[in-house]
Order: sequence, then structure tokens, then C-alpha cells
Amino acid sequence: MKDSGKYLPRSVIVAISTVVAIIGVALAAHSTTTATLLVSPAVVPSHAPGDVDYWGMVFVFLLSTFVGLGVIRRVSRLLYTPLMSLTNAISAIAVVGAILVAGPDYPIEIRVLGLIALFASVTNIVSGFLITDRMLKMFKKD
Amino acid sequence: MSPSFVELFYLVATALFVFSLHWMNDPKTARRGVIAGASAMAIGMAATWFQPFVQNHGWMVLAVLAGIAVGWPLSRVSLTAAPQRTALSHAFGGLAAGLVGTAKYFAWLGDGPEALTTFRMIAIIAEVILGFITFTGSLFAAGKLQELNWVPQRPVTYFGQNIFNGLLLLAAIGMGAMLVNDPTSEIAPLLFGGVVVIALLFGILLIIPIGGADMPTVIAILNSYAGLAAVAMGFVLENKLLITAGALDGASGLILSIIMCRAMNRSYMNVLFGAFGSVAPPQEGGEQGEYRADTIESASQIMEQANQVVIIPGYGMAVAQAQHKVRELYDQLMKRGIDVKFAIHPVAGRMPGHMNVLLAEADIPYTSLLEMDEINGEMPQCDVALVVGANDVVNPAARSDESSPIYGMPIIDADKARTIFAIKRSKNPGFAGIDNGLYFNEKTWMLFGDAKVVIGNLVKELTGESGL
Repeated sequence: MKDSGKYLPRSVIVAISTVVAIIGVALAAHSTTTATLLVSPAVVPSHAPGDVDYWGMVFVFLLSTFVGLGVIRRVSRLLYTPLMSLTNAISAIAVVGAILVAGPDYPIEIRVLGLIALFASVTNIVSGFLITDRMLKMFKKD
Repeated sequence: MSPSFVELFYLVATALFVFSLHWMNDPKTARRGVIAGASAMAIGMAATWFQPFVQNHGWMVLAVLAGIAVGWPLSRVSLTAAPQRTALSHAFGGLAAGLVGTAKYFAWLGDGPEALTTFRMIAIIAEVILGFITFTGSLFAAGKLQELNWVPQRPVTYFGQNIFNGLLLLAAIGMGAMLVNDPTSEIAPLLFGGVVVIALLFGILLIIPIGGADMPTVIAILNSYAGLAAVAMGFVLENKLLITAGALDGASGLILSIIMCRAMNRSYMNVLFGAFGSVAPPQEGGEQGEYRADTIESASQIMEQANQVVIIPGYGMAVAQAQHKVRELYDQLMKRGIDVKFAIHPVAGRMPGHMNVLLAEADIPYTSLLEMDEINGEMPQCDVALVVGANDVVNPAARSDESSPIYGMPIIDADKARTIFAIKRSKNPGFAGIDNGLYFNEKTWMLFGDAKVVIGNLVKELTGESGL
């Protein structure tokens, strides 16, 4: 697109820096409290607080947002509707979270919440990818 | 599966997600993008599932099967309903995020206060608020788009609306802050419930003042919220795949909503809090003339003599499902050696790219679909501009009338064509309730009626004559 360079305006920079600032403050607040905390017995591996690389996660978030902005800016304008249904399916990655809540040996109420979330995410995965493919099949050159 | 292997698979899935979006830059490679995305999802799911602490397989398989059973029919809906389906999907995504956040909070509450660190609590509150706002907001947006009876179609506004909404959000954030401060106090579960209820309510209140013309922007914003909710979930669960995929989704929604806002010359804040179209502008009766209706016969004659015809589709084409008739008209005109192009405004329809998909469904080659910027230079040479159910996107008031609510919005210059035909369902103003000077232009002829019927008649007239 000829004007693709314009899609990183002030509002994007403001939005990203706000989110990163919130996370940064949260981290700063976090490091003052965890120092006094004991390491808890973990139900799920790697969930012991204190030894998690939060800053690493913030870096991952920031960089993947920039990758996302760069990639999405180049998406053909013809394909915005399929793009939305594709990203819709991709955001159903929440399925991973649903499995992590529905799978382990939690009390039944919690697992039920996880199962509903699993159902909702799988619905999005199936309908999202299938309808995207259905739409894309229709785009023909001649 | 050992944790390192899980991370390795997550890494592969992330790369595939990036490729999936990258391949969307061209219709030729786009289907590859779907395969990459679906494989990434399968890899991420499998790597998560086959970890030793995941049990409970029977119930989970059942939930997956139920998801497939509901998702399959949702993927078969007509493309006119694509905006509703997308909104409904956002609702499911928001629900999943909200529920996982809630479940995780109560799971950690059972483990004891050590588990609920400040960071985790902030992430959980963010996830739950974003998730549940997206859930009810998208449900209502879907209801509006589907034109369900119990969902108000017109924007609903009342005195002090923005202040009330602001206070409500502040209350949710305040309760969230109390929770972060002391996540295990006796009233904590109650506070948590309060946050959930306010988020659910806020989602509805956020959508009811928004008019149909703003739907493309709102759907894009909800898309970005669904992604951010997944990111917050990633921070809660310390899961990098959730963060990367959610960030990609959030970035996509952000860019689309910016493009939509720009195409309407409006700011984010204005879309969300502006209640567009709720107030009808004062009528300036004196300046406007009468509608001049034309017959199908003379319209088809004028079109036959044209060298270049530009068709400008809008939401009216989607409502009337007229895209297949438009294709027949396109064929008839092309057969006569007339150059036919489609001018697509970024916000035509009810979601980004809506018109492109409908025209592609009707087998119109995408090389004939031109963006607003590409076509506007050609409009003065164009013999006939045929407006099919579009309104605000061709309203010249956006260029000239500073008092108009759409002043400054870039439009397709239909009024510069030599002759303009406008197909319109009725004599009422469009969804935004704004009068359109184009219809009173001396070069404009109105064709009143359902878009599908009118174009069908035009095609009949053209084929009838070619048969002689």
C-alpha cells in the first residue's frame, strides 16, 4: 500500500506505551511484595511465583506487537474481512489457557469454568479457520 | 512432554502465526495463511494437552466436540451475515478469557495467599475486565447487526451517559485495586464478583450508544480487545504463546480500527463516546430540490451508451443480497465493451472489507475492485456512477458542509461523474440519519426500490434488448 507508512501514528505509540507502562508499574509493585513471600507449593509446574521471568514476558509482548503491526500493515485491503475472521481464530489461542484450567486436578467448579472456556475457544477455532478459507476461495483474479 | 519440548512447540506455533498473517498480504497466498494458522493452533493445543498434569481427558474431549458441533454451522453462514458471525466470535473469545481468569483466581485463592502475587492479580483483573467487556459488548454488537428485536437498533443516549459509564469503569478499577491490595480478604470473592458484573454491564453500555455506521470501527476495536484479553491471560498463566498470538491479534484490531476511524475522519474517542447519528442535523429545506426518479428503461439506455461505469456498493447491497444481480449487470456491461469498476470505500458495509467479500462471493474478479483513493482520480471521466445502497460514503456534504456530522470524512466522488444513478430502498435518510445532497444533484437520477429487484430489472432490460 502506498500510504502504509502512515499507519503508525501517535495513537498507536500512545496505546502501546500505556499498556507497557501499566505492566511496568505492575512489575515494579510486584518485585517489592514478592521479596517477602514464601515460595508456594505449585499445583501446576512452573507456576511458583518469584522465579518467573516477568520482564521477559513484557519483552515478548512488546516485540510481538511490533511484529504484528508490521505484518498487518501489509495485508491487502481486499482481505480485511477474512483477516478479521483469521485473527479471530488466532485469538482463540485462549484454548491453551482453557486446557491449563480444565486439565489439572482442580476443584470441580474451576474445571467446569475451564471446560466452558474450552468449548467457546474450540467454537472460534473451527468456525474462524473454516469461514476464512471459505471466503478466500472466492477471491479470483479473473 | 517435558517443559522444554512444550516451549519448542510454542515457538514453532508463534512463527507459523506470523507467517499466517504475512501470507494475507496477497489474495494469491492467503489460503496458505489459513493452513499455517490452523497448524499453529493444532500444535499449540497438542503441546499443551499432552502434559502430564493434564488429566480429565473425557470431559475435555466432550467440550471440544461440542465446540466443533457449534463452530461448524457458524462457519457456513451466508457472507452477508459475516459481521454478525465475527462479532459473535469475539463474544466467545471474550467469554473464554473472562472464565479462565475467574477460574485461575479461585484456584489460586484455594492455594493460599502466596499464589496471588500483585502481578498475577493485576493481570487477572485486566483479563477479566477485558474479557467480560468483550463478551457482552460483542454479543450486543452481534444482536444489533442481526437486527434482533430486543436489541435497540438506533443509538441509545441519555443525559450524563459518558459520566455514568466513566464512574462505572472507575468503580470496577477501584474494586480491582482493592483486590490487588488484599486478594484474600473475606470480601475478596464478593469484590471479584462485583468486577465481573460491572464489566458485563459496561460492555452493554459501551455498545448501545453506537450507531450502525460506526460498526466497522467497533468490530475492529472488539477484535483488538479479544487479543489483549488473550495477552493478559498469557501474563496470568505465564504462557508465551498466549502473549505472542494475543499481541498479533491485538495489533490487527488496532490497525483496522485506526484505518476505519481515519476513513471516517473521526477519533477513537469520538466513535466510542460520540453516539454518532443519534441527533438528526437541522434540515435546510430551501436549498434542496426534489428527488428525480427515473425509469429502468432510460437508465439502461444511458448505461449502454457509457464508456466507463463505476459501481459504488454500500450496506444496502448487502441487506438486499444484491451482489449476484450486480454480477449479472457487470457481465452485461462488460459484454458491450464497457469498462466497469467497483469503488470500495473503507467503511462501506458493516465490517472492514465487507463489500470485497460479497463481490468476491459473486465471482467478480478482485482486480475490478478499486479503493477510494485509486478511483477518485478517474471519477470526472466516468460516464455513469451507479450507487447501490451506499449513502454516507458518497455524501458531498463531507467535503463542503462544515455543519454536517460527517464533514471531513473522505468520500468517493460520485458527484463528479457525468450521470449518477442512485438505488435506494426508500426516501428516508440513511442509517446515520443525514440528508444526502447527492440525491438532489441535477445529474442524479433516483431508482427507488430494493437493490436486488432494481438491478434485476436493469439486467432484464439489457438482456431483452441484446436479444433483438
